[in-house]
Amino acid sequence: MPIRDFFRREHREGEGAPGGPDIPENLWIRCENERCKELIYTREFEKNLRVCQKCHHHARLGARERIAQLLDPDSFREEDADVRPADPLGFASAGQSYRDKLAETQQKTGLPEAIVCGSGRIEDVSLRVAVADFAFLGASMGSVVGEKVARAVERSIESRLPFLAVSSSGGARMHEGIFSLMQMAKTTALIGRLDQARVPFISLLTDPTTGGVTASFAGLGDVILAEPGALVGFAGPRVIEQITKQKLPPGTQRAEFQLEHGMLDAVVHRRDLRPTVARLLRLYGGGPRAGWAHSANGKGV
Amino acid sequence: MGPLSQRERGLILPSTEDRLRLKPEDSPADATSRRGARPATAPLAHAGAVVERPPSALTPWEQVQLARHPERPYTLDYIGALFEELVELHGDRLFGDDPAIVGGPARFEGRSVMVLGHQKGRDTKENAHRRFGMPRPEGYRKALRLMKQAEKFGLPIISLVDTPGADPTLPSEERGQALAIAANLLEMARLRTPTIAAIIGEGGSGGALAIAVADRVLMLEHAIYSVVTPEGCASILWKDVGLAPEAAASMKITADDMARFGIVDGIVPEPAGGAHTDPATAARALGDALRCTLEELDRVYGVGEALDAERLLHDRFARYRRVGAIDGSDE
Repeated sequence: MPIRDFFRREHREGEGAPGGPDIPENLWIRCENERCKELIYTREFEKNLRVCQKCHHHARLGARERIAQLLDPDSFREEDADVRPADPLGFASAGQSYRDKLAETQQKTGLPEAIVCGSGRIEDVSLRVAVADFAFLGASMGSVVGEKVARAVERSIESRLPFLAVSSSGGARMHEGIFSLMQMAKTTALIGRLDQARVPFISLLTDPTTGGVTASFAGLGDVILAEPGALVGFAGPRVIEQITKQKLPPGTQRAEFQLEHGMLDAVVHRRDLRPTVARLLRLYGGGPRAGWAHSANGKGV
Repeated sequence: MGPLSQRERGLILPSTEDRLRLKPEDSPADATSRRGARPATAPLAHAGAVVERPPSALTPWEQVQLARHPERPYTLDYIGALFEELVELHGDRLFGDDPAIVGGPARFEGRSVMVLGHQKGRDTKENAHRRFGMPRPEGYRKALRLMKQAEKFGLPIISLVDTPGADPTLPSEERGQALAIAANLLEMARLRTPTIAAIIGEGGSGGALAIAVADRVLMLEHAIYSVVTPEGCASILWKDVGLAPEAAASMKITADDMARFGIVDGIVPEPAGGAHTDPATAARALGDALRCTLEELDRVYGVGEALDAERLLHDRFARYRRVGAIDGSDE
C-alpha cells in the first residue's frame, strides 16, 4: 500500500472533511502558556489530561471533566444537584439582574451552580468530593457553594468517608453581598466538625484559587495539594499590583511559590493526582483511629 | 456624591434628629434595637420591645463616608472609654507584631475580658504604621493567640471590627494571609468561651470576618459590613471605581440591612450626625450594648464554671450553619 494511503481517510459526514461544512475547530489546540503556544493535537491533549506535553502547562478543567479524570470510572454519584441560587439582594449589574445573569451562566455552562458534589472512588478508596467549576462566575463562593460544601462535609462525617475538595475560585460572589462573605464562616465551621471527627480532608488547589475560598475551607486541608503553576493566594495579583503600584515578579503566588513559602504540602502533576490522593488516604486510613477507612465500600483500603 | 468635603452636609440631617433612638439612661436592655427576627437564636429577643426605626435618611454611600470618617472613634478610643486596666499584648510569636490589630486582657464593668480589634491610624504617620487598620497574617495570628488565651482562662472575648480589609500586599501573601484568616475562622467557631463582635466602623471582607465570628454580633448605626469595599466591587464588576456609590447601594451594607438579613443581632445607636460628633455618647451606647449582651449570654449559657460550653458551641455553629440564601429557602 502506498504510504500516502495511511493519510487518506474516508471522510464521513460530520467528520471534518477539509473545507467541508463541519470542520471540527478543536482538532488542534494551542497551549495557553504565553511562552509555549505549542500546537497540540487535541486527542493527545485530552489523553494527557489537558496538560501540554511540551511545557507541562495545566489547562483549567471544568468540574465534570475533573471528576471524570480523577475518580474511578462510573464511580461518581452526584448529590445536592438541586440546590439553586437565590437573589437575596435583588442585585443588578449593568442593567442585568443577578437572576438573569445566573440563568445565562447556567445556560452557557450547563451547570446549576459553581460546584459539583457527590461520592465516588479513587483507586477503589471511597470518598466524598466537592469540585469547583471556574467557568461558573469564576467559581465565586455564593450561598449555594457554601451550602453544598457544608452538606458534602456533613455527609463525609456521617459516612466517615474522607473529603476531597478540588477548589478554584476568584473569590466572593459579589452579587450576594454579605451572604457570600458569611459562607467563609459557614464552610469553615463545618471543616472544624470534620477535623473533630478525625475524617481526613484533602484540599486540592487548582488554577486559580484566591480570595475567600483560600481563606476558608480550602486553606484548611489536613493535606493541601496544588497543581503545577496554579495561582494560589488571598489577594489576586491584579489587586496587589493596583494597591502597591508595583509589578509582581513572575511566578509570584504560583503553586511553586506557595510551596516554597510553606503554604502547601506538595505540588502534584495532574497525572499523579489519583495515586497521590489514594496513597494519602490509605496511609491515613492505616492508623488506629481510621474508623472511616473500613466503612469504605466494604473493602477497606 | 462627592467625598466628605463638608462634614456636616448630608450627615446631620433634620430627620436624623427625629429618628427613634434610645438614650443611654434608658433601660440597658433597650440599648440595642433590632429588626428582622431570627427566632432560632433570638439573641436579644428577651431584651424588650423590638425597636422599629424609620429607614435611614442617608444614602448607602453617605453611610460609607460616615463609617470611614477620619474623626470617627477607633478601637483604642472605645477601649479607653469603656475598659480599664488594659494590658496590651503584642506579637504572634512567629514573625512579628502587627499594629493593625491591638488587644489584651482588660476589665469591662468590673469583669476580666479579652478585648481586641482592628486599629486604624489617626494621621498619615500613624497610618503608615498601622496600615489603615489592614492586618497582616501576624495580626490575625496575634488575635488568635489572644482568643485562645481567653478560652484558656475563661474570659469572654470582645472584638471590635474596623478595617477596609486584610492587607493585600506581597509580604502578607508570602506569610500566608489566606491561611491565617482561615485558621481564625476555624478556631473562632469553636472557642469555648462567649464571644461578642461589634462592627464599629468598616467591616471589610474576610479581613473583618477573621475576628468577627461570634455568638453575638453588634453593629454601630453608621458602620458598614460588606464582602468587598464598594470601590472593589465597582472595579471588579464595572471596571470603574467611580461607580462605588452605586456598588455601595447594590451590595446592601448598612446596619439596617445587616439586621434585616439576620447577620447582626443589634444596632447600637450613634449620636445624631455620627459617632465622631460625640465620641463619649457613642462609647456609652456601645458600652451599654456590650454590657447587656454579656449579661444576656451569662443568663443563657451560664458564667465561669457554670458555663454550658457545649450549648454555646452548638448554638454558635447553628448560627453559621444556616447562614445563606438559597432558592426556596426563607431568606
